[in-house]
Amino acid sequence: MKKTLIIIRYEFKQILKKKTFIVATLAIPLLLFLGYGIYQGVEHWREPGAPAEKKIGYVDNVGAFTEYTRQDDITFIPYTNGEEAREALVACEVAEYFIIPSDYLSSGLITRYIIENEFEVPDDVWRGIEDFLLSNLLGDEVSSELLERAKVPMGLNTIQLDESGEIASEQDAASRYVLPIVFGLLFAFAILFSSGYLLQSVTEEKENRVIEVLLSSVSSSQLLVGKVLGLGTAGLLQIAVWFIAIWIFIRIASVNIPFLSELSITASVFAWGIVYFILGYLLFAAYYAAVGSLCSTAKEAHSLSGIIVLPAMLPLWLNFFIIGNPEGAFARALTLFPLSAPIAAMMRISRDSLAAWEIALSIIILVASAILTIWIASKLFRVFLLMYGKKPGLREIVRCVREA
Amino acid sequence: MNVIDVFQVSKSFRGTRAVHDLSFGMAQGEIFGMVGPNGAGKTTTLRMLMDIIRPDSGEIEIFGQSIEEQTKNRIGYLPEERGLYKKNTVLESLVYLGALKGVSSSQAKERAAELLERVGMVQHKDKKVEELSRGMGQIIQLIVTILHNPELIVLDEPFAGLDPVNTELLKGFILEQRDQGKSIILSTHMMNQIEELCDRVLMINKGEAVLYGSLIEIKSRFRSNSVFLKCDSIPEELPGVVGRKEHAKYTELFLDQHTQPSQIIATLINSGVTLERFEISTPSLNEIFIKVAKGG
Repeated sequence: MKKTLIIIRYEFKQILKKKTFIVATLAIPLLLFLGYGIYQGVEHWREPGAPAEKKIGYVDNVGAFTEYTRQDDITFIPYTNGEEAREALVACEVAEYFIIPSDYLSSGLITRYIIENEFEVPDDVWRGIEDFLLSNLLGDEVSSELLERAKVPMGLNTIQLDESGEIASEQDAASRYVLPIVFGLLFAFAILFSSGYLLQSVTEEKENRVIEVLLSSVSSSQLLVGKVLGLGTAGLLQIAVWFIAIWIFIRIASVNIPFLSELSITASVFAWGIVYFILGYLLFAAYYAAVGSLCSTAKEAHSLSGIIVLPAMLPLWLNFFIIGNPEGAFARALTLFPLSAPIAAMMRISRDSLAAWEIALSIIILVASAILTIWIASKLFRVFLLMYGKKPGLREIVRCVREA
Repeated sequence: MNVIDVFQVSKSFRGTRAVHDLSFGMAQGEIFGMVGPNGAGKTTTLRMLMDIIRPDSGEIEIFGQSIEEQTKNRIGYLPEERGLYKKNTVLESLVYLGALKGVSSSQAKERAAELLERVGMVQHKDKKVEELSRGMGQIIQLIVTILHNPELIVLDEPFAGLDPVNTELLKGFILEQRDQGKSIILSTHMMNQIEELCDRVLMINKGEAVLYGSLIEIKSRFRSNSVFLKCDSIPEELPGVVGRKEHAKYTELFLDQHTQPSQIIATLINSGVTLERFEISTPSLNEIFIKVAKGG
């Protein structure tokens, strides 16, 4: 037991020293906050702080636009004719000017003159002119309250109902897709990364022949357990860092990015995440440990290790079916099939569409297959760890497992 | 009490017999040699001793009991396939591998410093293993083997790949450990090393013991009753000599069963020849092995 702890600690420390691990762990938080920073920067640049006072000249050929010359931060300055207005613009007395033609009431057209390049009419200018016109047109006719409403006729609030007519738990189509995919991806990364490190560590020890020195001090199962738990702890740390980063990110950024406030990582999602990570990791790690013990070199192990990545990634590739119809037969099947279960379950749990019995059943299946794989791996580990050269055939592996 | 007792152990791999019905014992404080050609089953036997692989049948006892986790802490094992973590420093490797033998980090550092000092490699302790030369790596591996001050030291082909200086260093180590009361089992296909160091030997071929006993006893058993002789002229007639064979630098005389070498030398001196060399022939372990392996 004590020796297993020593191996756990050693493997954990070794992986924390690996650059790839550090980069991968910090990349997610960094990217999130960098992305947020850029977003904020862009927003800031678009609306520079307190918007500066702006003066816009106008020529009123209708003769009805004389009041309300102050709209938000824009002051409208009347000129008697276009010539005068143009001189004011050239002299930088106004930022721009527009002319309301005499047939404005029937045509609705005004002509705007600017001096600086612009991509499109700035929102504040557009709204300002609109409000200015509207206020002058209706100001004498209606109450100020009605005038305000006419300026901003609606603030839209959409609520989605589910089949039973209750308010659905999530109200935003985007958020419905974002969390499952983000969770699925992170999960796939974390599980494959840490079990990949296990494969690497086994083949490395096999390649540099340390394995026999180790086996003269500890048993093959101590070595297996120590490695699996040591690297698993590192994987858990990694995924915890990611979860917490996302959680903090949502808390901070949802103030400015309204759509994020729709997303939430609840405690139960977090807890299930840990459970599914541990089980999924154990299953993959045991498989990778077995592969590592069978192959003499890392290169050889590569092709064999790829086989189980395919079914594991299936829920992500076919995410449309799972997210679009999270209670459908396909989503259910992927949740129960042990190799795809961790990722499929996480995608569905983050959408709150996983029934209790499904969680229970998928966890039972996952536990059973993890135990079976670990058992097989420990047999293979003992027999093949010291064999180099030709990779044993399937028949020999089966025989070895049966005999053990 | 024997340090090692092996009873009728057999092991096969993929249908090939590696060790068959092997039994031997090793006493406390001796240097025990295991000899045999490559592929004779030496490494398999040592791995079974270390409980790295399990025998198909038979029993193995170390310190009078079957091996368990605690027993491994009392054994130092130098495998034939040398291996260290390439990316770790010498000291890191020693501390970790020591910890797996139950040595605390501070003890390991202390002992590592002492042993590195001894082999003149203290200045390399913070170097990565991959930066060391092959020979240095082997010495570090030896230090790993004895870092935890084991009572039983198992060395599999320890001289392979060592230069003459390091070979002497290793021999010194082995004898020093023996003098401290440690038991050492040494496997090699280099018979001359065994002759120099070992008290008793086990010779195995094709997985079976072909010879087992003290080196002196074995040698006298295989001694052909002959003498090597070099002198100015050998008399044609010598009583008790039944045959002679000319070698490049000497002549070998074969004696009959009743004649002792001392009688021959007496006869020669009496006949007045000038002796340059007179030697009672003892076969080398190598010759004995070849003879035994051929089915002699």
